[in-house]
Amino acid sequence: MAAHRCNIFMLVFVLCGLTYVFVRADIEDTNHVKDAESVAVDIAPKANIGASLRSTKTEDQTQAAEEERQWEATEVKEADRVPDTMQTPDVPPLTPAKDQFQEELVIRPLHSGDIYASFQFRTMWDTDFLRGSKVSHYRLFPKSLGQVISKFSVRELHISFTQGYWRTMQWGQPFLPSPPGAELWVWFQDTVTDVDGAWKELTNVLSGIFCASLNFIDSTNTVQPSASFKPLGLGNVTDQRFLRYAVLPREIVCTENLTPWKKLLPCGSKAGLAVLMKSEKLFHSSFHSQALHFRPVCQDWKCKSTVWELRQTLNVVFDLHTSGQGKREWSLFKMFSRTVTEACPLASSSKVYVDVTDNPQGELFELSPTTPLLSQAVVLGDRRTYSVYDLTNQATFGQTRSLNMLLRWRAAESGDMLRPLLHGERYVAGYGLQTGEIHTLMYNNHPYRAFPVLLLDTVPWYLRLYIHTLTVTSKGRDNKPSYIHYQPSKDRLRPHLLEMLVQLPPNSVTEVTMQFERALLKWTEYTPDPNHGFYVGSSVISALVPSVVAMDTNSTRECPLFSSFFPCKEESSYFMRVYTEPLLVNLPTPDFSMPYNVICLTCTVVAVGYGSLYNLLTRTFQVEEPSPGLAKRLANIIRRLRGVPLL
Amino acid sequence: IRFTLLFNHYCLLILAKAGQFFSSGHTNNWAVLVCTSRFWFNYRHVANTLSVYRSVKRLGIPDSHIVLMLADDMACNHRNPKPATVFSHKNMELNVYGDDVEVDYRGYEVTVENFLRVLTGRLPPSTPRSKRLLSDDHSNILIYLTGTSRWNGFLKFQDSEEISNVELADAFEQMWTKRRYNELLFIIDTCQGASMYERFYSPNLMALASSQVGEDSLSHQPDLAIGVHLMDRYTFYLLEFLEDIHPASTANMNDLFKVCPKSQCVSTPGHRTDLFLRDPGNVLITDFFGSVRKVEITMETINLTAPMVPVSELKTESQSYVDQLPVAEIIHQKPKQRDWHPPDGFILGLWTLILLVFFKTYGAKHLKHIF
Repeated sequence: MAAHRCNIFMLVFVLCGLTYVFVRADIEDTNHVKDAESVAVDIAPKANIGASLRSTKTEDQTQAAEEERQWEATEVKEADRVPDTMQTPDVPPLTPAKDQFQEELVIRPLHSGDIYASFQFRTMWDTDFLRGSKVSHYRLFPKSLGQVISKFSVRELHISFTQGYWRTMQWGQPFLPSPPGAELWVWFQDTVTDVDGAWKELTNVLSGIFCASLNFIDSTNTVQPSASFKPLGLGNVTDQRFLRYAVLPREIVCTENLTPWKKLLPCGSKAGLAVLMKSEKLFHSSFHSQALHFRPVCQDWKCKSTVWELRQTLNVVFDLHTSGQGKREWSLFKMFSRTVTEACPLASSSKVYVDVTDNPQGELFELSPTTPLLSQAVVLGDRRTYSVYDLTNQATFGQTRSLNMLLRWRAAESGDMLRPLLHGERYVAGYGLQTGEIHTLMYNNHPYRAFPVLLLDTVPWYLRLYIHTLTVTSKGRDNKPSYIHYQPSKDRLRPHLLEMLVQLPPNSVTEVTMQFERALLKWTEYTPDPNHGFYVGSSVISALVPSVVAMDTNSTRECPLFSSFFPCKEESSYFMRVYTEPLLVNLPTPDFSMPYNVICLTCTVVAVGYGSLYNLLTRTFQVEEPSPGLAKRLANIIRRLRGVPLL
Repeated sequence: IRFTLLFNHYCLLILAKAGQFFSSGHTNNWAVLVCTSRFWFNYRHVANTLSVYRSVKRLGIPDSHIVLMLADDMACNHRNPKPATVFSHKNMELNVYGDDVEVDYRGYEVTVENFLRVLTGRLPPSTPRSKRLLSDDHSNILIYLTGTSRWNGFLKFQDSEEISNVELADAFEQMWTKRRYNELLFIIDTCQGASMYERFYSPNLMALASSQVGEDSLSHQPDLAIGVHLMDRYTFYLLEFLEDIHPASTANMNDLFKVCPKSQCVSTPGHRTDLFLRDPGNVLITDFFGSVRKVEITMETINLTAPMVPVSELKTESQSYVDQLPVAEIIHQKPKQRDWHPPDGFILGLWTLILLVFFKTYGAKHLKHIF
């Protein structure tokens, strides 16, 4: 007992000594000192060993912190705010930063009472992923993505995760369209020799980065479009062999996809506009879409050199009625349950745009706090006016140090919405589980202009399309497409690919119909819930739509991010993509308990049938006399002895 | 002199004890948390797994060391009246889904094959790191399984396949022979859970189950707004117990065995420690649920050079954006050159047949007309 107590005492003594030594060592860090001291008071042996561990850890932490401070000193170039703990740098002047980051948020009230918020984060980086020398110094550009891009020689990467369907007729056109589920399309560099192998590995790596089941993308749902999905970035290589497109309509989007997406931003979700992205509010909406677009763009208007652009966009439409209250009033707090308190310090520009085109004199709704900045932009073929809040300017935040925009509607009537010029619908017709028909409708709402659209359809192999039944009709008459590319499916290898260039007459509906037959899958190929049905991905309608207002082809001016996504070549039309609904078809589903039933039945039949047959064939009947009584048996014995016939 | 001798003696003892602490056991922690059931009415299984995930993260295991497998999505399910949330109790105070969750295997990916591949490490080469269990022989692994199993000896995965206790025991043996774990804690919350650990035979395994063979594990309480049962009893009381644990806690395994007695759980939780080398009373809860970081101090200095100045780029001629819908080009597009494949077996057979018939009818002497 005494030994035990002495043991503790010695331990305390030794560790006090150690702690004293460490306290002397890190004299500047008061936090760590307090920690070590408070822990040394504890006398339980295990905890003390833990304390020695922790004090060693703090030593290491201080060292690491000092090293970090040194690193930060060399790093600081054009930060908007100088951190307080920075020491005076005494390093030689460096080249100007090669990357920049911009963020913006656009808020557009919709005519149905809902509100559409679109976040765009753009990182531009002047570096060379292509050359052999590996890029190892990442500043604003996310390292996980940069390594993937250089490893797989990716030229363009577009990935989107969407929950919900964009209702074009009620909400107008989105800034960046996306189909329900997950969509991934990639242009590889022309130096890649095995595009399919690189595609397979890339989808696996991306599934790990985004926590999505993108590893289900394989040859059965990948296609190589021949005319759609031309590169959105710079370059002149358009050999479609390097393009791969896949869509997973069943993919669910939830917080686990948002978390790694937010981690790719330079400020994370800690500063700037990204603090507004709280999953509980974002997923309680009618439409939620997060996307990532990577492509090479021009550095400036001269376009002599290329920079790599990474855009992360998040589009969300909040429903008026699910957010509670009947009043038509929207604010940042009501939408996101947060307000903006500062701009991201790493951003060169941070702005919030509110669409006030329908509200020139403030008669429709009232916007507070007011801002003097107004900006006009031509987006989606229309000239819109926006009130701009510049978050890099401290005055925007006012007295409360936070920005909470409030839009309060005055009038009940909202007026007419500009009808979207192009609109698509798709549905399955027919009855029964054998055949069906896919109908795709494309509406051209322009009063007098016709324009061409490219329709891309990817149908899984288990819906066997009969292409001879393909009909395209507009206004009751046959409309022959000027270009058709059809690649038939191979069972379990390849889906159907149908691409058509159709000229849509003005003010008309064009209907494309195709008949199909449903295949019976092998019983191991069914999902665990086959009665839900199987999804067919959305059709993509790409079009050059005539615009109401002259588009801005001049890229010299600084234009907001949301209007500069699709490159604009001519003034009279702009490029647009519309996605139709995905289809849900039921395949003939077997009863999965049948193997058990069959085994039982077969065994019973075999046992009963074979058993009876065997008996019939091999059984012989013998007559057997009942055994006689005792007296008769004795009499028979005597008779046998006498040699007389038995009884 | 006697005092100094005593002092030296006790210093050595202390050092020996400290040495033992540092040399025994593990250097890193991993967790594999699996929910095996699908469909909205199995909300409680997802809530079970997420509550263990939450505790494990809170106690220090980072996402890169957790393999989380959820067979269905409850948070963003369209039936969920509060999207992006999964609650553990009907007063809705604890959202176990949280804001920072990373699910590694979800939906249809949660299969018996994937689970066993994760455990044994035999994954295809293109599997990303977040989906792998990269443990070594100094790793302590926590494995938590929850789901339904109607009979004893197996656990159902997504209502379409099952994993038996023999398969699980063999997987752990594979892990042991490959030195993939130092110590392993296996917790299962399902009906007749004790049957799942009956067949284990590898060393250093400790197992806990929510019910004995022949008993059903029951759920805790339903929520009228959500409409389903929110959590199972065993995991509910386990979560309550773990909420009181912090990274420096000294609670040991004996406290964990006492979680959820029959009065609260209705079923009798069981545990198995005969394969475990250490005494459970000496095993800290944080040995499995928390994360140990061993720190090495170095006195070396590292020279950090200034970042490399990139070589000046070659000035290329000005490029332009590609035309998105080049109508004229599309219409006059040549059919793309497909790679030439040698003729298929069927075509070869057909041609052979034709040639054979030809030469049979006309005789071989006509060959000279060809050659």
